[in-house]
Amino acid sequence: MTDRDGVLAEARALDGPLVIGGHEFTSRLIVGTGKYATNQVMVDAIRASGAEMVTVAVRRVDLDRSQEEGILHHLDPKEFFLLANTAGCYTAEDALRYARLARAAGFNEWVKLEVIGDQATLLPDVAATLEAARILSSEGFKVMAYTNDDLITALRLEDAGCVAVMPLASPIGSGLGVVNPYFIREIKRRLQVPVIVDAGVGTASDACVTMEQGVDGVLMNTALAAADDPVRMAHAMKHGIVAGRLAFLAGRMPSREIAVPSSPLKGMLD
Amino acid sequence: MSKTSAMRVCLNGKEREVDAGHSVRSLIESLDLHPSLVVVELNKEILARDAYGDTAVQDGDTIELVHFVGGG
Repeated sequence: MTDRDGVLAEARALDGPLVIGGHEFTSRLIVGTGKYATNQVMVDAIRASGAEMVTVAVRRVDLDRSQEEGILHHLDPKEFFLLANTAGCYTAEDALRYARLARAAGFNEWVKLEVIGDQATLLPDVAATLEAARILSSEGFKVMAYTNDDLITALRLEDAGCVAVMPLASPIGSGLGVVNPYFIREIKRRLQVPVIVDAGVGTASDACVTMEQGVDGVLMNTALAAADDPVRMAHAMKHGIVAGRLAFLAGRMPSREIAVPSSPLKGMLD
Repeated sequence: MSKTSAMRVCLNGKEREVDAGHSVRSLIESLDLHPSLVVVELNKEILARDAYGDTAVQDGDTIELVHFVGGG
C-alpha cells in the first residue's frame, strides 16, 4: 500500500478505518489482480490504488508453460493482504474445495466466496453461496461473500457467520455502476457486518456514488484492468472512493427542484 | 523398462509418466516449481506442506498442483 499523494492519510483524519473480521484496513478499496495486460502494470495499478487487500484466484499450475504465471512471483504477500476467491465455482462443493486449497497455501483463513449460478450473467447462486458460507464459517474461515443486491440473502449470509457481505453493484465485468442504490442502502442499513460492494463499478464516479450510499468499501477488478491506462484509473478510483466516503459522512444537502439563491436578497442597490 | 523406472500418475488432469521413487516434494522440484508456492491435492485430499517430503508418489495417484493466479 502506497499513498504518495497523501489522499488516504487525509481521509484517515476524517474517517475511521475499515474493520473486517477484527482486521483494520486503511483503504476502503479492495482490488482484483486479474486481466491486466502485464504483471508490471498490475503491480503499478494496485500500488496506485492504495488498496491493501487484493483478491487472487486458485488455479492449476500450467505445467506446459515456461512463463511464470503464479501471482506471488509478482506480488509480495508481505506488502498486500491476500484474499483468495472461489471464482469459477458453480457448486457449494467446488467452492469448499477451492477455499480449502487456498487456506492450505498458508497465508490466511480469509476467502472471497463466490458461487456462480449462471454463465451469461455471472449472477450468484445464493442458495449454494449460503450453504458454503455456513460450512466455511464453521471451519474457521473468514468469509466475505459475493451476493446479489437482495436484502434477505444478505441477512442470511450475515447469520451464516460471514465477516462481510458483498452485494454486486451490477454484473461482474459490466461496468454499469450501481443499478439499484436503494437496495444497496437498505442492505447497509440492516446489516451489522461490513458491506462491500463487489462488481459492476466502471469508473471513478461509479465508485464515488457507490460509497455515497454509505457502504463500507468497494471491490473492483475490471474497472482498473480494462481501462486504457490502469495506473491512472487506479489513482482516480482512490480519489473516487475517498470522495464518496467523505461525502456520505458529511451528509449531503437536500436536493430540490427549485432554485434557492446563495447570495443575500437584502442590500441590493436601487 | 525396469520395474522401478517409472510410474503413471494423473498430474493436473493429464496422464504422465514420472520416475519411480519420487516424494511429492521431489516431484514438485523436478517440475521447476517451488514447494512453498504450490498447494497439493493428492487423491482429492489436501496434503499439508510439511508432509510433501515424506509422502511417496505412488503409481496411479491423482495429483493436483495449484497456486494463486490473478483474479477478481
